[in-house]
Amino acid sequence: MSDQKPRRPVPKPTPETQHFWDGCKNGELILQRCMDTGKAYFPPRPFSPYTGSRNVETFRASGKGILYSYVINHRAPANFILEPPFAIAVVELEEGPRMMTNIIDCEQTPEALELDMPVEVAFEHLTDDISLPVFRPTQS
Amino acid sequence: MKPGSVAVVGAAETTEMGKLPHVSNIMLHADAALNAMEDAGLKPSDIDGVATAREVPTEIAHYLGIQPRWVDGTSVGGCSFMVHVRHAVAALEAGLANNILITHGESGRSQVGMTPRAIGAGMLEGQFQLPYGVMNPPTMFTIPVLRYLKTYNIPIEKLANVAVVQREYAAMHPRAYMRDPITVDDVLNAKMIAYPFTLLMCCLVTDGGGALILSRADRAKDMKQKPVYILGVGEGAETTMISQMKDFTSSQAFRISGAEAFRTSGIKHSDVDHLMIYDAFAHLPLYGLEDLGFCGRGEAADFIWERNTAPGGNLPLNTNGGGLSYMHSGMYGMYALQESVRQMRGISPAQVDGAEISFCHGVGGMFAASGSVVFSNVAP
Repeated sequence: MSDQKPRRPVPKPTPETQHFWDGCKNGELILQRCMDTGKAYFPPRPFSPYTGSRNVETFRASGKGILYSYVINHRAPANFILEPPFAIAVVELEEGPRMMTNIIDCEQTPEALELDMPVEVAFEHLTDDISLPVFRPTQS
Repeated sequence: MKPGSVAVVGAAETTEMGKLPHVSNIMLHADAALNAMEDAGLKPSDIDGVATAREVPTEIAHYLGIQPRWVDGTSVGGCSFMVHVRHAVAALEAGLANNILITHGESGRSQVGMTPRAIGAGMLEGQFQLPYGVMNPPTMFTIPVLRYLKTYNIPIEKLANVAVVQREYAAMHPRAYMRDPITVDDVLNAKMIAYPFTLLMCCLVTDGGGALILSRADRAKDMKQKPVYILGVGEGAETTMISQMKDFTSSQAFRISGAEAFRTSGIKHSDVDHLMIYDAFAHLPLYGLEDLGFCGRGEAADFIWERNTAPGGNLPLNTNGGGLSYMHSGMYGMYALQESVRQMRGISPAQVDGAEISFCHGVGGMFAASGSVVFSNVAP
């Protein structure tokens, strides 16, 4: 097994998502906001999914959220960094949008993975260009 | 649409279903189509419209020797065939075709001659879901469920029970893949696939196919089979990314599609004698019963637990055993439609006595899309 290969599928940024991945590389979670409604949205696109307006801005999100839902996968994807069982989770960010993620620094059990528990973003280095946002339980 | 303007005049599944390494994907389409044409008393030269999903209708038409003047390749997942019915009703009413063939075939288990499917690294799914270890529907379609169970305080036993009740129907069907009775404990103790889902809460993976032929009702009267009328149709869509589903306890696609089918048919919930809800996983009948309005929010698990949908209940549901027990090649919607047609013809091995209206509801992708069809054996 090579240690050099990232053992996750590596996202390929598009012109409309590049800013998001640039943010991750710098350790920042970037969201966008519809300026007409004030509502944040995800995944990235240069217009508002609420109104169709192109009047939007990007901003740095707090990186805080809650564990919204998940499954614990018991089968092994090919050449994947996490050993089963591991959770495939959705977090709800403080700003409103939800995103898929993995939960790190936490036992992958129903007991440890409590719905609504606070989580915060961390970034996993995959390549020189791509760092992947993952989440860990917030240290209290 | 005008309720009853179009009828199913031919319906059939493939000659065999289950593990079929000796039949290719396209031949499953053709076998089902040939069986449906025989059922309808029609030949390829009588068919002038072709719809299919995943494969292109051009390929299916040519393979079967059909020269279509109407095609529909809408491919929005396993409910595509319900959506094809809706589109076919519009086309037949408008005179764009006379006899429309809708085919499904899928070598889901044996993978003989399948069209490859891949998610590109630059697609939204490739960027924002694939890196987290999602593999296939059991690792995605299931993600909203813990939120649903917590919201309505539903114990896992009541989710498992969905599979138990449907197995009772499968036991009546000679062609069902899994027919042995099971208990809630059997379901909960089965191999864990993606917590909280065990193997028995997930659909089968089998090979097979099915086909329907639709014609205008005025033509159907003189054809071989007693017509099964289309009273209403609906379709809906939400997102191909399960993480972006707006409400984890309810499907937008289900609500839109279901409401449209009720609106176009003009029927009430109490008129429905027989119900099919595409069950790729055990939670789908729960979301379906609630989003279609048969149950209040969070009440579907109890509704099934109290045996309202079981054999002899007042709302028989998934009477073929469903994708959990009957068959599931990957795009199960066609088999739900086939059971609705059998019920309306009065020939289901799990026949609901006196059933006159069947509501058939499908899901596509993972809560990505939906299609609904209301059938009746009585002309409106």
